[in-house]
Amino acid sequence: MTVPARAGAPRHGRPVRRTSTGSVALAGLGVVGELLVTAGVLLLAFLVWQLWWTDVEGNRAQAEIVRNLDWAQAPTAAPSAAPTPGAAGTGAGGTRATGAPVIAAPRRGEEPPVAAEPDVRTTFATLQVPRWDGEPERPVSEGVDKATVLDALGIGHYPGTAMPGAIGNFAMAGHRTTYAKPFNRVAELQVGDPIVIRTASTWYVYRVTSTEIVKPQDIAVIAPVPGKPGVDPTERAITLTTCHPIFSARERFIVHGVLDYWAPVSSGVPVEIAGGA
Amino acid sequence: MYGWLWRHLPGSTPVRVAILVVLAAAVLAACFTWLFPAIAPLMPFNDTTVGAR
Repeated sequence: MTVPARAGAPRHGRPVRRTSTGSVALAGLGVVGELLVTAGVLLLAFLVWQLWWTDVEGNRAQAEIVRNLDWAQAPTAAPSAAPTPGAAGTGAGGTRATGAPVIAAPRRGEEPPVAAEPDVRTTFATLQVPRWDGEPERPVSEGVDKATVLDALGIGHYPGTAMPGAIGNFAMAGHRTTYAKPFNRVAELQVGDPIVIRTASTWYVYRVTSTEIVKPQDIAVIAPVPGKPGVDPTERAITLTTCHPIFSARERFIVHGVLDYWAPVSSGVPVEIAGGA
Repeated sequence: MYGWLWRHLPGSTPVRVAILVVLAAAVLAACFTWLFPAIAPLMPFNDTTVGAR
């Protein structure tokens, strides 16, 4: 309610109402300073948003996607030895309190089932890496567009590359920092580590064969035979791509692997993830 | 700028401080909701794919 004094008693040690060029310049300089300080605070806020808040939102959204997949649970050891397929559909969650997971028998000789490539933005698989202890099950969706797939849905599948289990190269991209950073710990992977892919009906257990660091334009890493574009594939490969160095986009960190075995979800859980799941 | 804002806010000092806190929170919320997601694609540290762009 107090109106600033017009004359005399200057507030804040500055005479009000004296407009020489010097004082105008000083006031302008003050405003510029305040704008710079504001810009600095906003820049800091942007970093907080990018490095922390996108992870919070992304983890929440991706956990929700996995929850909503509504796929059949792998059977757990019930008192009766024979698994009862009918029980899985009705009372979901009711019987899994005490039963230890049934370990799925690896299938290596038979052809794995391969799904058709879904529409862009469709989540068709999940990824689990036992080496990344503590990381949740991550959704894998079709497409590698940054804004609509990688930022929003998590891991993306390069369209046109093989589907899980198929002969060729099942290639995915994911963030290493920000947006829930599904591939944050990619550099921890060692040769032989399992990468467990699950679709609605099938487990595919891949094993890491090599890692490499390449230039962003080096698309040979997602060729059907990794590193050899144009060669007809005979192996069932998997490739993960993410940025490198961490917090930079100068290069790409690449992980290659091949299919070790597959198993129907109805037969149990792969031994690789049975402990933590 | 902020001096001008302070002089034009109504009420006693605690009231003005409260108004400023609410204003700052609103600006921050607007940034988190609209401004930052809009400028994030222009940042150079988030590309993870090969061959794109």
